[in-house]
Amino acid sequence: MAGIYIHIPFCKQACHYCDFHFSTNLSYKSAMVQAIMTEAALQKGFLKEHKIKTIYFGGGTPSLLSSQELELILNTLAKNFDLSQVGEITLEANPDDLSREKLTELKQLGINRLSIGIQSFHEPFLQMMNRAHTAQEALQVVDHARAAGFDKLSIDLIYAIPHADHTIWQKDLAIAMSIDPGHISSYCLTVEPGTALGRWQTSGKFEASSDDFAADQFELLLATMDKHGYEQYEISNFAKEGHHSQHNSAYWQYIPYLGLGPGAHSFDGEQRQHNISHNPKYIKSLQADLIPATIDHLSPSDQLNEYILTSLRTKWGTSLEKIANTWQITLDLNKIHNFIQDQFLSLEHNTLKLTPKGRLLADQIAMELFVEDMV
Amino acid sequence: MDKIRNFCIIAHIDHGKSTLADRLLEFTQTVTERQMQNQLLDNMDLERERGITIKSHAIQMNYKYKGETYVLNLIDTPGHVDFSYEVSRSIAACEGALLIVDASQGIEAQTISNLYLALGHDLEIIPVLNKIDLPGAMPEDVADQVVDLLGCDRDEIIHASGKEGIGIEDILNAIVERVPAPKGDPDGPLRAMIFDSVFNSFRGIEVIFRIFNGSIKKGDRIKFMNTGKEYDADEIGVLRLSQDPQQEMSAGNVGYLISGIKVAKEVKVGDTITHVHRPTEKAIQGFENVKPMVFAGIYPVDTTEFEELRASMEKLQLNDASLVWEPETSAALGFGFRCGFLGMLHMEIVQERLEREFDMTVITTVPSVQFHAVKTNGDITKINAPSDMPEPNTISHIEEPFIKAQIITAAEYVGPIISLCMDKRGLMKNQVYLTTDRVELTFEMPLAEIVFDFFDKLKTISRGYASLDYELIGFRRSTMVKLDVMLNGEKVDALSAIVHRDKAYEWGKRLCEKLKELIPRQMFEIAIQASIGTKIIARETVKALRKNVLAKCYGGDISRKRKLLEKQKKGKKRMRQVGNVEIPQEAFMAVLKLD
Repeated sequence: MAGIYIHIPFCKQACHYCDFHFSTNLSYKSAMVQAIMTEAALQKGFLKEHKIKTIYFGGGTPSLLSSQELELILNTLAKNFDLSQVGEITLEANPDDLSREKLTELKQLGINRLSIGIQSFHEPFLQMMNRAHTAQEALQVVDHARAAGFDKLSIDLIYAIPHADHTIWQKDLAIAMSIDPGHISSYCLTVEPGTALGRWQTSGKFEASSDDFAADQFELLLATMDKHGYEQYEISNFAKEGHHSQHNSAYWQYIPYLGLGPGAHSFDGEQRQHNISHNPKYIKSLQADLIPATIDHLSPSDQLNEYILTSLRTKWGTSLEKIANTWQITLDLNKIHNFIQDQFLSLEHNTLKLTPKGRLLADQIAMELFVEDMV
Repeated sequence: MDKIRNFCIIAHIDHGKSTLADRLLEFTQTVTERQMQNQLLDNMDLERERGITIKSHAIQMNYKYKGETYVLNLIDTPGHVDFSYEVSRSIAACEGALLIVDASQGIEAQTISNLYLALGHDLEIIPVLNKIDLPGAMPEDVADQVVDLLGCDRDEIIHASGKEGIGIEDILNAIVERVPAPKGDPDGPLRAMIFDSVFNSFRGIEVIFRIFNGSIKKGDRIKFMNTGKEYDADEIGVLRLSQDPQQEMSAGNVGYLISGIKVAKEVKVGDTITHVHRPTEKAIQGFENVKPMVFAGIYPVDTTEFEELRASMEKLQLNDASLVWEPETSAALGFGFRCGFLGMLHMEIVQERLEREFDMTVITTVPSVQFHAVKTNGDITKINAPSDMPEPNTISHIEEPFIKAQIITAAEYVGPIISLCMDKRGLMKNQVYLTTDRVELTFEMPLAEIVFDFFDKLKTISRGYASLDYELIGFRRSTMVKLDVMLNGEKVDALSAIVHRDKAYEWGKRLCEKLKELIPRQMFEIAIQASIGTKIIARETVKALRKNVLAKCYGGDISRKRKLLEKQKKGKKRMRQVGNVEIPQEAFMAVLKLD
């Protein structure tokens, strides 16, 4: 089992919170598509015998590509990889790019899942974050997508945006529920260095919400999701029956993936590699048939810690059996015992899972369970 | 011998002693321009940065005056109250002293106390107004102060500027003319005083001495009278820019001795050197074993580095004989050492030297003074650490060390300084106007009260212009109590302190508040409590950590996030665990930052 990720590093404008790799200079677009196609051909052996099940266009803003450009990429993939078992092709999209016409074209390309960057239905928040769409567009887009035949829809929502109280978040959640998407990804507003918010925080123009405020909103989110029949299958991801993101689930279950495009990451089970996060350099390198990647070899303890970090976030949990079999090691049983006693973790069928209380502290708990260098 | 002049320099910090000393060395061509490093005498990095001479040294100059060549031995003295005994020994090695006063600042407390020491040893005082080139200089006013103080004539005062090289020749001439030549019989029994020592990792301890009587030859069998140890004088010599070995040195001169001594403890400042075969009858007076005034625990941050810390402390002690220590165990901090220091500055220096020279990261616990617990039968138990404190029902009372503090300040700050001293349980003993604007205040105060932040506060409220000197005047009965800190019900021994009962509540409250700031939120709530015996007197709560999870964790985030968490985990290893609570190092120093 494996997946292919394609990073489309362009945006119309920079969202004030985003630290992913993108450029607002769209003049490289067609050269970029060519370069990604070249990389796909060069990397056709990367996933070895693993069967490819998912394709994911992420960004940046993949919906900025024309249908023709997307088609070129998909055709190249088909030429170089066995896509016969692919069941999920996702495209991240912004509401302002999704005209009815575009939606129909995307559907015709075989894209069967849309992840729509709505973020909020509150106009002042959208403006504060420098999103390109309006609240009105956000409301309409899901209807239009359904009309075009998309039944697998995910929307992104951001919480813990500074505000005096939780009313706007509650309203956002209520609207989201009325739209009834099959999948919701919801992220805490995080201030990253190098973003506009990061600079404003340094200069005192912006102040992030307190952890307590964010935790309260996270709990509101969990309660709403639970009430409306969504399963929290990962810290930030919620799905109704049959709507889980297969592609993203692979990241948390130690399944290999190939990343194409500048800044994209790949993983083959033992090493991770990532491409240079610079559009012209990426293009130039691929024009010479060279993949500008940095390889990060993972030591056994790196691998194990990454397994703990990611698997613990999911409903499937961390398998102690898998750890014993793969890395021949047992985790700190004392710590595990204490976490179970304090109701941060549960242990069933030799698998550790976070309790609802533990989910707010997932990173802390993962860190405590990390192993040090293994010989 | 009549061509030798031994002198030291008495000056307040920043009054320009080092620069002036540099000029004397340049003028006498003891150093060439090329060899000249600024502030030559302060050769430890730390000293250079702090701008104070910590360890005293000596240097010899030749100076031609009226056709005759004179040997001038400049004996450097430390400029901080922590090192007052070393100062007194350096002064005892001289016949004269340059009294350097900053013409823009006036006389300070430290200067006065050292001046009294010098006068007590009958030193000839040559007053020098330094920095007369500064626009803010008030040579007339400051000269008045000097005249008042010394009872000298105005024309005896030399005007100088170390920076501009003004008055240097006048100073050298005055040293030759006014400082008496040393006395003593070169043929009598050897009597030399150790006034300093320097650690040399290749040659052992170099002893710096002044000969008062007799002569010493290379190879002589010698004895240190107070320690009773005997050695061979493998090498003797005078101190120029580098060591200048000699076959023989005699009464009046100053020099160094190398005799393979490995441990600084054997070399006690103030001790008398004599010959084994023809000893002097009387040792030089004034020898004291240096007593530590401030005690604190020093622990390795990484508990596995205890042995390494011990080795470092041993090496440190090789050239810092005033540092004393013994092993100590703390439930919170593990294995470490209870150390005695001459004062707070000395403590800071030791900590910094451990970090810089030995690459050790250490935790220093709450500094304390030595208390006496007087038992019902009158026996005295010395208390160097809160854990030494006996149960209250087993003792009659506690005594604490008191000092006499002399503070010199501009008149406008007298009010705030008096309130500060009163707040520190001080008793005002005297108030004297040295001039219309400068006041000397004398207080009797508990030493414990000046250990922490008194000096900083004094500087702050006087805008840096008040100076302080103090001396121990004995132990007095006080109502001291042991204040403990508990985290989630577990006592943290390293945070205990002995405080005056009247101050215990305030102390406990502020300490709990400070700890609340310093202890990070953890996965459970943490109760911080201060108690006297079983009585809780203050409480704060660190709320449980509610959220530590990053929202996004996709393909590109995983390794970055793992590295971040691994780094955090490493950082946590530097914390100390008491019960289930993790305590960062800074928390153990919290008491020092209670304001």
